[in-house]
Amino acid sequence: MQAQVMDPVRKCRHPLSAWALALSAGVGSWLALDGEASAYLAYVSNEKGNTISVIDTAKLELVNTIKVGQRPRGITLTKDGKYILVCVGDDDTIQMIDTQTGEIVGTLPSGPDPEQFTQDADGKLLYVANEDNNMVTVIDIARRVPVGEVQVGVEPEGMGLSPDGKLLVNTSETTNMAHFIDTGTRQIVANVLVDARPRFAQFKRDGSEVWVSSEIGGTVSVIDGATFKVKHKIGFEIPGLRKEAIQPVGIGFTGDGKTAFVALGPANRVVAIDAASYEVKKYLLVGQRVWQMAFTPDEKLLFVTNGVSNDVSVIDVAGLKVIKSIQVGELPWGVAISRE
Amino acid sequence: MELPTLIRCILFAALLLAGAPARAADPMEIKIGYLRLAEPKPALSLLEVPAANDGVAGAEVAIDDDNTTGKFLNQHFSLDEVRVTAKDDPKAAANALADRGAVLIVADLPADMLIAAADAAKARGAVLFNAGAIDDRLREEDCRGNVIHTAPTRTMLADGLAQYLVWKQWRRWLLVVGSHPPDQLYADALRRAARRFGAKIVQEKTYEDTGGARRSDSGVVQVQRQMPVFTQNAPAYDVLVAADESAVFADYLPYHTWDPRPVAGSAGLVPTSWDPSHEQWGATQMQNRFVARFARRMTALDMQAWTAVRMIGEAASRTQSANAQQMFGYLKGPDFALAAFKGQRLTLRDWNLQLRQPILLADGRMVVSVSPQEAFLHQVSELDTLGVDRPESKCRLK
Repeated sequence: MQAQVMDPVRKCRHPLSAWALALSAGVGSWLALDGEASAYLAYVSNEKGNTISVIDTAKLELVNTIKVGQRPRGITLTKDGKYILVCVGDDDTIQMIDTQTGEIVGTLPSGPDPEQFTQDADGKLLYVANEDNNMVTVIDIARRVPVGEVQVGVEPEGMGLSPDGKLLVNTSETTNMAHFIDTGTRQIVANVLVDARPRFAQFKRDGSEVWVSSEIGGTVSVIDGATFKVKHKIGFEIPGLRKEAIQPVGIGFTGDGKTAFVALGPANRVVAIDAASYEVKKYLLVGQRVWQMAFTPDEKLLFVTNGVSNDVSVIDVAGLKVIKSIQVGELPWGVAISRE
Repeated sequence: MELPTLIRCILFAALLLAGAPARAADPMEIKIGYLRLAEPKPALSLLEVPAANDGVAGAEVAIDDDNTTGKFLNQHFSLDEVRVTAKDDPKAAANALADRGAVLIVADLPADMLIAAADAAKARGAVLFNAGAIDDRLREEDCRGNVIHTAPTRTMLADGLAQYLVWKQWRRWLLVVGSHPPDQLYADALRRAARRFGAKIVQEKTYEDTGGARRSDSGVVQVQRQMPVFTQNAPAYDVLVAADESAVFADYLPYHTWDPRPVAGSAGLVPTSWDPSHEQWGATQMQNRFVARFARRMTALDMQAWTAVRMIGEAASRTQSANAQQMFGYLKGPDFALAAFKGQRLTLRDWNLQLRQPILLADGRMVVSVSPQEAFLHQVSELDTLGVDRPESKCRLK
């Protein structure tokens, strides 16, 4: 099947239609707080479906489905917004998809089994975790060539870049470490032990801390961005839920740095945390096995992927409320949202 | 040069010299023993004939993993493998390992040999990791304070299977038991599981081992006549459950039963700690690196040995120590948790040092399900719905 031509809604702002649809869907409450809802596109990688589901963030509707390679997981948009980059692990490559046409227009030489990646601020370099060979690969996006490699621990997974682009953090799942890599020299400058099976690393936007989620350990380690010491560990308790089911994965910070959201996997909840005091603000019930997340650029909404229930939950960031779930493809894994 | 400046320079140089050897220090060495009984194990299916390095291959992959981690912490791990026969003295072998500095010993030994080795090497501070023996008595009346068990028990395996069969509403079982002692022990575990989870054994049959070869060119002709007749005239049942650890008959049962019924237990749907087809929860990476290293698939015994060596690696990195007692203390303490591709943390039962773990149910091609099943609840850990639980345990650790 040919991929459909992308919906022209992408560049439009159309408050009236968004109003009408949103109200009819019974989600007027959050919109009523603001004058208009901006239309962005959320791209959701479906690990089992081998597709990307495209959601209009104003209509909160699925508008397109793009067929991609095998086992799409890590997903992002190039900084110029022209391409979707998606790790297709079982094809050992990263596919580039034209955001205008939905066509796969090229690949990046990721090395074997790419799962997650992160881009530098200029959108020139892509840092990729290769799960099968204990390696981080550095790719020049424009030239589509690998330009470097860094040996890390067993099963590298999470990738986070400091706001100034000088430090890369990679987590290795079986080694149970966060590796801090100097992006200038591509040498490891610190290895920090965290709890079992670290999955994701995210810097605060001021670079003061990096948070690392440990899926099996059930905690989030807060690592000081300057001293590389674990300064705090955040644990979770949800009444009626067994400890083993609380498995933190994706992490997101609001732009003001005040609130962090962490996806808790098979606990079927996203937790909102006060990013300064590390206190839990609220547990939000979402779909089954919640995995990764992305904010809309205006930060009004947070989209989280629910792998087992094949849907995406939409969270009202200010109100700390789940306002909708949207059916996507099979086993949604990652999500990226367009900037304009 | 002024004197104070000179002194400062000398002090600075001294600091540099003091710092330099510390950075270049030899890695902390952690020697791990691997003690195994090297006797052929019978199998009906050629696919089940164990490789010569069954088990120890898993330990070697874990050594690689530990060393990848160790290079960031200046720790180095090595494996010292010792094979014994049934006639050898396991006590001498364990003591020899301990004398060579390998006091953390992964063991793949039958129950009596394991106890002998553990008791003998106790004086040398040895800690054994039982990766091979599934006997409940090693965690019950014969438990030892210096033996950690990464192999599941028969009751854990039987309970994992029973939960699924009950969930599936296959509550009426035809139990067929082999005539060797291990088959009887497995049957005991299955009867116990049936009682616990509400299944009914409608009939029990014994399959006598009358001797004879497991390989023969025309055996299939006889099997096709024997098995239907053997299972004829059974009361109405939902599933045939076979207890045949000795590999005498169970693999002949699927598709040969008189009534068209599924088979489980020692053939058909088999409860196990690991299966070559297991791919969930990141297991694909584990399978890939095992196959890349050994050009064969990873067995349950490989996984149980991998788990033991990874536990040691985890203890070494958390304690930053090569001291066996310190590492043992960490593993027994509340902070220990291991990620082992089972979808949840694995921890130790502190009353008998058994590793809690989900049980996979595999049919030889796919993992059909993973127990504990949904809605089998427990006040401490749902993994404790599998096997003998604390209140019923006879273990008093010494």
